[in-house]
Amino acid sequence: MYDKTVRRRRAVLGLLVACSLILLTAYFGETGGGALHGVQRGTSEILNPVQEGASRALKPIRDLFGWFGDTVAAKGQVEDLRKERDRLRSEVATNEVREADYDRLSKMVELDGALGLEDKGLKTGRVIFSSPTVWYATVRVDKGSDDGVRKGHPVINEEALVGRVTEVMGGAAQVTLITDTTMKVPARAGPRGEFGIVEPASAGNPNDLIMKFTRPNARIAEGDRVVTRGTEPADTKQSLFPVGLPIGRVTRIENEGTDTQEIHLRPYADMRSLDFVQILTNPRGGEQ
Amino acid sequence: MTPTAALIARLCGVGVLGVVVQTAAISQLPIAGANADLSPLLVMAVGLLCGSLAGGSFGFGVGLFADVVSLQTLGVSSLVLLGVGYGAGRLREARDPEGTLVPIAVGAAATLAFGVGFALLQFLLGVDAPVSWALLRQLLATLVINTLLALPVYALVRRCLQAALPDDPRRRRRRAYTTGGLSPLSRGMEIRR
Repeated sequence: MYDKTVRRRRAVLGLLVACSLILLTAYFGETGGGALHGVQRGTSEILNPVQEGASRALKPIRDLFGWFGDTVAAKGQVEDLRKERDRLRSEVATNEVREADYDRLSKMVELDGALGLEDKGLKTGRVIFSSPTVWYATVRVDKGSDDGVRKGHPVINEEALVGRVTEVMGGAAQVTLITDTTMKVPARAGPRGEFGIVEPASAGNPNDLIMKFTRPNARIAEGDRVVTRGTEPADTKQSLFPVGLPIGRVTRIENEGTDTQEIHLRPYADMRSLDFVQILTNPRGGEQ
Repeated sequence: MTPTAALIARLCGVGVLGVVVQTAAISQLPIAGANADLSPLLVMAVGLLCGSLAGGSFGFGVGLFADVVSLQTLGVSSLVLLGVGYGAGRLREARDPEGTLVPIAVGAAATLAFGVGFALLQFLLGVDAPVSWALLRQLLATLVINTLLALPVYALVRRCLQAALPDDPRRRRRRAYTTGGLSPLSRGMEIRR
């Protein structure tokens, strides 16, 4: 009797381990449109309303937690913000002079509004799910293919670029954040718009991105803005990321002046407190 | 322990509800920069209450459902949680530990095993980014939060399963005490007296 129980226990254990390994292998072997991916999307489709309801119901509790966290963080930021206020005051005076110059120059330069996003088909969505593990920097938004959302569409929040749509369901879409290890964004930085590729500096750190493949003598300094370049890494086709979407600000440069120089930047968007985001469903403007 | 139909139904309910609550609510409540992770705690509780067979199967099911719902790589969580549930179940079968603090210690061990196992599998599957201190800090914070939650989660799971459990650990021990102990060793000591 005892032997039978032990044998059965071991058989079930072996069977389940084999099932896990088969699933793992099959999942890696199939394309994004395969059967297992389809099952995942179908199940998520069913559970999305439940998750959305729970997300809305728990908003007050999340806000309460956020309030405690923000209060602690705010105390630490007071001194930094005072310094920034003083610096901004002096910048305002300078900018007023520059603004007058700009008004004159703007009449001379023909700006076609390439940075304007009004014609990019903006869809505002609520974040209804965040990845429970730090290994996947993903969120889910309550806008899907029914709203015109497709794979690859860029996603922004009120501050900057947030990520890209990687899975689409009827009423929801999975967004992979720019802090995910699979993400690479063509970008440019500095006054001369030096090109490079932005990717996460390390897994699980939402505040540190890295810009690679810049020229060794590129003129980039701490504090420079980094924006999207608007082309794919291979330079062969136009990227779905429009030109000039803000990504972050340069914080430090490692191995400066060498072939392996790495420019660290802090993203403008706070990836851990995303509430509403906008999806650019027509990222190339009129040529959809 | 052979799982009955009532127990299987309750386990399915606990698993589905646990994963939905985890993905819809808990994962959106950051505490000290990290989130609680109910999955290893639920699996640990079922392993301790129902044994290795039910614990391992429950771990596999919860992991698979979590992977499906989160659109993650299928099979990763199920493989790791299967080990966690089986381990907790074997602990119960081999040692039958008693004491209020057992779920806390086993919950912490389950969370640690899940975190380390998940990380190892991610590296085996080819994550080419280096591990940051921020990630280690988050894993540590999750471990602390889960350790604090282990006892309430264990109590909740026991409450959900109690009616369907053929031999509740507390009832079994109480029976052993009132009948003078079940083991031959304790019986031998009684005779010597």
